[in-house]
Amino acid sequence: MKNRSLVSISDYSKKEILHILELAAGFESNPNQPLMRGKVVASLFFEPSTRTRLSFDTAINRLGARVVGFTDASSSSTTKGETLKDTIKMVSNYADLIVMRHPLEGSARYASEQSKVPIINAGDGANQHPTQTMLDLYSIQKTQGTLENLDIFMVGDLKYGRTVHSLLMALSLFNPTFYFVAPKEMSIPREYKTFLKNMGIRYFEQNEMGNLEKADILYMTRVQKERFSDPMEYERVKNTYVLKNAMLADTKDNLKVLHPLPRVNEIHPDVDANPKAYYFEQAENGVYTRMAIMSAIMGVK
Amino acid sequence: MSKQKQLQVSAIENGTVIDHIPAASLFDVISILGLDHISNLITFGTNLDSHKFDKKAIIKVADKFFERDEINKISLVAPHAKLNIIRDYEVVEKRDVTIPDEVIGIVKCFNPKCVTNNESIITRFKVEDKIDLALKCHYCEKNTTRDELQMM
Repeated sequence: MKNRSLVSISDYSKKEILHILELAAGFESNPNQPLMRGKVVASLFFEPSTRTRLSFDTAINRLGARVVGFTDASSSSTTKGETLKDTIKMVSNYADLIVMRHPLEGSARYASEQSKVPIINAGDGANQHPTQTMLDLYSIQKTQGTLENLDIFMVGDLKYGRTVHSLLMALSLFNPTFYFVAPKEMSIPREYKTFLKNMGIRYFEQNEMGNLEKADILYMTRVQKERFSDPMEYERVKNTYVLKNAMLADTKDNLKVLHPLPRVNEIHPDVDANPKAYYFEQAENGVYTRMAIMSAIMGVK
Repeated sequence: MSKQKQLQVSAIENGTVIDHIPAASLFDVISILGLDHISNLITFGTNLDSHKFDKKAIIKVADKFFERDEINKISLVAPHAKLNIIRDYEVVEKRDVTIPDEVIGIVKCFNPKCVTNNESIITRFKVEDKIDLALKCHYCEKNTTRDELQMM
């Protein structure tokens, strides 16, 4: 992993993913390890993202490195018409590592080809967001004790949700059974079903919240109004995929509810107090997994 | 194959005849092979009657012999094209085109939000499905299919 960019979760093998998760556990038990003292990390956010940026900034600071960069494109030379290529060429002369969020899909792969230093993709449009996937995996492993042979429910927008697609691909290395819960308009794309078939992984599709007693992990996502061509259809389905505390009554003791956040109404606030709700801890895990990824790439751990 | 049809455009002494091009794809083939930029003698006919398609086109390029990689590029728009290699007015070899595993710099990514459509970048695709045609973009990772196929 040393000196290699992380653009897509599929850039890492199963062994490499497990190695990162192990490092993350080490950072969780001891978060202040200035292993990157003297290093400079460029944090280039061409579109704003509070959560991801703060999580990276925290991770960088806990590793003892310094941050340079910008928090949205309006304060960068992009507004003067500079190409992504030129920005990356320039910044890679300054920094030891680049963390980048960009609205265009494929921008991270392209940047990794132009840069002298490794790039960590912090989200490229609707394409990939591998550090989110890594923190999801860490959260699952931490709460279940394993990633192998789990029953995973994915609920909500399974068509456009990039977190769902990346997580699905990563989990496929660990023999899961998937239950996809989505309205027809947002069902899981055919290419992912083909992928699962080729991998020999079992999956079920359902239109309503049910069978929750089978779940080890309930991964909730937002159903976005703007994805619907028919507003009536949105009104009809929006309340179908809302998780309420009562629905968790007969579920397994080990079940955890995950959500990449921000949520709107898909998890009722009465779930928050349930010990099975894990979405806030999940966000915290992002700092440790990002520390793990950066230190592995910089070769300091 | 009937010799007569080939003779609808004049015969060449040495070179390559590309036959069974769908008429609609003729100018794509010309541009993919860069025939609009070479000084060789080129004749072409289009909207010729064909058993395979409604109308076909044919191109004859004198003194030009294509590399396999080069000619395979046209398979995306003319999958049934046949090549006749001509030496001394005789067909010495016949060749089919095959869809390559990787397509570089010919096809436009269908995704408007792909970085390749917003900066000057040479496109790159992995061919995931050769029958229904699915080109996976090396950058945005989305599949461009036959219906969305657009040449650069």
